[in-house]
Amino acid sequence: MSESRFLPNFESIAPFSRLSDSGILDSGESPMSDEAVLEALRYMMLTRVFDDKATSMQRQGRFGTFSSVRGQEASVVGAATALDPVKDWIVPQYREFPALIRHGYPIENFALYFMGNPKGGTIPPNVNMLPMQISLAAQIPQATGLAWGLKMQGGDGVAITFFGDGASSEGDFHESLNLAGIVKAPVIFFLQNNGWAISTPRENQTAARSFAERAIGYGVEGVIVDGNDLLAVHEVTARAVAKARAGNGPTLIESVTYRTGAHNTADDPSRYVDQQELEKWQQKDPVERVKNYLRSRGIWNENLELELLDSCAAQIDAAMEIARNTPLATSEALFDHVYAEPPQRMLDQKHDWAIRNGGDR
Amino acid sequence: MIEAIRECLGQEMEADNRVVVIGEDVGVLGGVFRATDGLQARFGKDRVVDMPLAEGVIVGSGIGLAMSGLRPVIELQFLGFGHQAFHQIGQQVARLRYRSQGRHALPLVIRSPFGGGVRTPELHSDAFEAFYTHTPGLKVVAPATAYDAKGLLAAAMESDDPVLYLEPLKGYRLTKDEVPDERYTVPLGKLRIARAGADVTLIAWSAAVNVAERAAEELSEQGISVEVLDLRSLNPLDIDGISESVSKTGRVAILSSKSASTVWKHQSSASLLLILLIR
Repeated sequence: MSESRFLPNFESIAPFSRLSDSGILDSGESPMSDEAVLEALRYMMLTRVFDDKATSMQRQGRFGTFSSVRGQEASVVGAATALDPVKDWIVPQYREFPALIRHGYPIENFALYFMGNPKGGTIPPNVNMLPMQISLAAQIPQATGLAWGLKMQGGDGVAITFFGDGASSEGDFHESLNLAGIVKAPVIFFLQNNGWAISTPRENQTAARSFAERAIGYGVEGVIVDGNDLLAVHEVTARAVAKARAGNGPTLIESVTYRTGAHNTADDPSRYVDQQELEKWQQKDPVERVKNYLRSRGIWNENLELELLDSCAAQIDAAMEIARNTPLATSEALFDHVYAEPPQRMLDQKHDWAIRNGGDR
Repeated sequence: MIEAIRECLGQEMEADNRVVVIGEDVGVLGGVFRATDGLQARFGKDRVVDMPLAEGVIVGSGIGLAMSGLRPVIELQFLGFGHQAFHQIGQQVARLRYRSQGRHALPLVIRSPFGGGVRTPELHSDAFEAFYTHTPGLKVVAPATAYDAKGLLAAAMESDDPVLYLEPLKGYRLTKDEVPDERYTVPLGKLRIARAGADVTLIAWSAAVNVAERAAEELSEQGISVEVLDLRSLNPLDIDGISESVSKTGRVAILSSKSASTVWKHQSSASLLLILLIR
């Protein structure tokens, strides 16, 4: 062979976008109605209210370690609003608060989970989601199998799984794309490239110019989208969902965004984030961009903003109140829901534990 | 024994169309040991699927298949390669029920041959059942006879708990005993008295049961009466059954095909001692 034909030598592709940084729509038609954009914006604002509240409670010792969505609201909400909660499944990581809430997971359960109460893991019977995933990328094969199983049984539901640029270095990511391509699983791999895996920059995850182009090697379509552009994310995800529903297989979506907050409440990004870069991304704030868009449509004003903020705060306060008033888990909760039919030794241990902790059972 | 496993899979697939079999080479080849021989021809390529060589996604996608309403049976070609899927088994399969607080049951069976004795290359003969017995949320079953192989597999497939079902590589062809044609189950967590005796209890599981029976035979010539217990299930462990036997004989030994220094044998003997002492 006279030339190295397999070196990637194509130009990197600019992310698909619809809104300018200042929120002006391009000359095409909007993929979302004004009502849908308003509803999406409310989820984005709700997320910000929750993140601020939970962070402040964490500082006071009333909430556990958790990861805020800050900076990625358009990315998560744009994807979630392309789903039908009745038949589609979400297989989350842990930074997708608004997607889970829209899908029907109660806010108080989300809060309880991060307060360390196992009850928070409870998923209501009609809510199509798997539990949040802490072991990065482990959820990706599960989403693949779930989507494949839905298809096998003749349904038209799809599964979407969320993960980050860091998780895409795990074997589970690659094994899953490979399998999904083979069996044409109706799954959407939603990769949020937020620039960071805790402190490890995106450059340390791959030499590829984009994460989306890795899809090619698995016979899967890859797409890059501006993750701070609600309309673009929604449009790209809706297309991937329609394609999967029609039996045309998986899509890898790379949503290019930026984590403007910390990795989690235990993290100190000032040790590694470049201040100028951060400020550059803060200028691209996804929430402000949607507000500007709605302003350009003539349906956004200060009164509406205050009204929405009030209703978001009331909703979060009510959920936090339920979470705070939920009794702490007893140590016996360690033994519940481990098995459908628990082994006798585990029941004995639960019994002993209860007695030692002052119970009389 | 391999015929018993195959017959069970066929009967369960016949009875319940939610059962799917996935694994490496399980299709046309019928598995490298032929446990799934003929199943793809009978039930089609959608229900008996040759998977890409990636244990992590084989087990991980099995979780997803179960979530979609199916009842997958996964073949791991050798337990020694199970480490490639260990995070999915230990942290995902075993914990999904707990993590979802009972919302998601995981009716999933992972079948895998393990142990030595048939001249396989390195890694193929690994016997790492101990790792899995230390994993709450998972059940671990290890039949020693063909009869139990069929009945325990049926019980494992019926269970709403995930079960790691370990098959003795050495017993696949060597172990031959009567197996009824019809479907039946052997309950998980009940040991079998392989040989009754009065002087000492010898505990074994899987391929070691046969060794224990031969040892008991030899010792009987010296006038020592050995009771051989076949655990059948490592988790749940039949403590009552063990306790009954040891109370009778007053002595206990555990036999397994493991290195002496690092093993489940010691963990189990230690916990056994503790349990018997505090009763």
